[in-house]
Amino acid sequence: MAFTPTKETYSGKVYSVAIGTGDGPVTFGGENVLPFHSFEGATPNKPVIAFEIQDVPPSDWPENVRKPFESVSGDPVTWAKYCQDELKAAAIALRLVGTHPDRENRSPEDAAKTVKDVLAAIKVPLIILGSNHAEKDSPVLVAASGAAKGGNCVIGKAQEANYKTIAAAAMANNHKLIAMSELDINLSKQLNILITQMGFEKERLITDPMCSALGYGLEYTYSVMERIRLAALTQNDTTMQPPMLGDIGMYVWKVKETQAPESDLPHWGSLEERGIAWEAVTAVGLLVAGAEFLIMRHPKAVAEVQKTIEELI
Amino acid sequence: MALSGVEIFKLLPKTNCKKCGHPTCLAFAMKLAQRQATLDSCPDVSEEAKKILGEASAPPVRPITFGSGDKAVKMGEETVLFRHDKKFVNPCAFAVEIKDTLPETEMAAIAERVMQSEIDRVGQKLRIDAIVLSNASGDAGKLEAAAKVIASKAAGVPVIISTKDAGAAEAAAKSFTGKRPIIYGVDSSNAEAMAAVAKANKAIVGIAADGLDELAALTEKVKSLGVEDMVIDSGARKAKEIIEHNTLIRRAAIKKNFKPLGYPIVNFMQREDGLHEALVAAIGVAKYASIIVLSSIEKWKNLALFTLRQNIYTDPQVPMQVEQKVYNIGEPKAESPLFITTNFSLTYFIVSGEIENSKVASRLAVMDCEGLSVLTAWAAGKFTASKIAQFITESGVEKEIAQKELIIPGYVAILSGSIEDKLPGWKITVGPREANAIPAFLKTRT
Repeated sequence: MAFTPTKETYSGKVYSVAIGTGDGPVTFGGENVLPFHSFEGATPNKPVIAFEIQDVPPSDWPENVRKPFESVSGDPVTWAKYCQDELKAAAIALRLVGTHPDRENRSPEDAAKTVKDVLAAIKVPLIILGSNHAEKDSPVLVAASGAAKGGNCVIGKAQEANYKTIAAAAMANNHKLIAMSELDINLSKQLNILITQMGFEKERLITDPMCSALGYGLEYTYSVMERIRLAALTQNDTTMQPPMLGDIGMYVWKVKETQAPESDLPHWGSLEERGIAWEAVTAVGLLVAGAEFLIMRHPKAVAEVQKTIEELI
Repeated sequence: MALSGVEIFKLLPKTNCKKCGHPTCLAFAMKLAQRQATLDSCPDVSEEAKKILGEASAPPVRPITFGSGDKAVKMGEETVLFRHDKKFVNPCAFAVEIKDTLPETEMAAIAERVMQSEIDRVGQKLRIDAIVLSNASGDAGKLEAAAKVIASKAAGVPVIISTKDAGAAEAAAKSFTGKRPIIYGVDSSNAEAMAAVAKANKAIVGIAADGLDELAALTEKVKSLGVEDMVIDSGARKAKEIIEHNTLIRRAAIKKNFKPLGYPIVNFMQREDGLHEALVAAIGVAKYASIIVLSSIEKWKNLALFTLRQNIYTDPQVPMQVEQKVYNIGEPKAESPLFITTNFSLTYFIVSGEIENSKVASRLAVMDCEGLSVLTAWAAGKFTASKIAQFITESGVEKEIAQKELIIPGYVAILSGSIEDKLPGWKITVGPREANAIPAFLKTRT
């Protein structure tokens, strides 16, 4: 019997989002098919991976992911330049974790200065992330947005509790915005609607349905992403058409599998390779589910995921 | 395409005899359409109807049991394209390749690693499921000798014999009599001879095609030669082709009930680099592979792939649960804090993860609430003061701790008084509502 493949054509399309300026802008999204289904539609842009750096030294990162940045991570500018120049990062994600009230509790002004310095030092696009403290993120990201005006950066993350101030700041300074909700397609849709009702263009949004690490709820993120992407494509639901973010590194590098030494758990094998594999497998899982934009930490994991993306396109 | 209830009804005797246990033939037809009843319950159905219904109701991806005994692997039976629609049924098998060109000691060493690969994760036993014995030498004698080594060193592990030479396949299959091996390598040049060997040895046929068209033609041919059980390889090796072919195969089977591609897929994922191989394999786990062939099985790689397979193949409608008990996080001493939460796996993972992040050794009492999260369990009456009190008392945890203090989730603060009533001598402390506030909460206590 001759085989006629069933090809799908979809009514919807993911928005392409371009970030950065000058000679270093990058674009992701834009496809009108499920992830890597180039056999039945257009996939004009590859997923983009941003290297994660912090405004304070990564004392909270496990040793195996701290080590590759040991000589540069004392200063965010040096760290950012290292990622750009040595690791050929496509983008830099600066997490202002030092502003968290339980951490160094740095002020919004300090954060703004760090943002300015990092932005001035790099050519690749910058993603500016708060410390995930809903209250403190408001003033911090408002100040950071202003400091990065004209940089066409990505600001994140706007959540239900603080989206108004953060979205307004991103809008006023012409940035893109990450909208994050907690593992629920309806919450994600609702937040995107609320933000666009403020006048923020949906073509400038990035959806973060919340990441989970391999073995720690990855199946939830996987299925929420897959459902969001199907809603965007099959139902042409414009509120579900922004590209999606997988904020991989911070979820992966706190689970036991990335930290427990082989001497404690001999049947788990080499800790160094296990940690890298954990981050890379989580990333590939989410790429297959529909993420177009990833934030990651370990240089080897990023390189291997990049290699896999090349094999997929 | 599966038949509708009304289409099935037309083929039934329409006597409403009730012998099937349903009030009418129509009611029975509806149950058949939903796959909640089987046709054997009807004593009067015609042979013709049986044939039509049997073909239409066969699962779109043929169920196949590979291997025998307690290490046998079930494959196929899949019914959906996306895991949120319905549980993916049979988790893919991981197989490692052993070439017959290797020295016997190395073959034995890999076989030993397969035998030792089992890991327990959240109550499930996960392992490297199978071995691919490949005829890299091209020599039938070498393949036969290697088969003997594997049959003795990896006894009970299902085996795929990979060769294009029917004579070599025959010689190797003798070592796996009654063990349901797969004989892989069937193509247009050798289909008759290979199918005959498979038939004589009660083996499953592994099709090695070049493209989807040839694949569909080959399964039809092998079926006409009298072999029903097959696994299929379209020849896809690059990640891009693997996604494309696996998707088109699964779609054809599920959406069109296209029988020539309604078989479990085997993907050969071997790569030079172990991590790169793991990432390509991860794509296969998510996208419809039933057997994934690897070149190496490092422990770290196995753990990551087993975990991904477990994640993808969990039932999206049934929450994953962890075992009810008091878990130690770090090395708690008598004065370390004691938390309680429910046994929804995500709740457990998040709470235990945040406690670990805080670097304060603690005890975490995880109570069986049928896999519900804290608020849902409380609303459903499964996380109540009396049940919590009973669990804490029966756990015997009070013998291990200096001060009888229990930290409850902030969302059930309302329970603190009644738990204190039911646990005399205990202090109940209300913890944070969200797990991410646990590190700060623990910091303020010290």
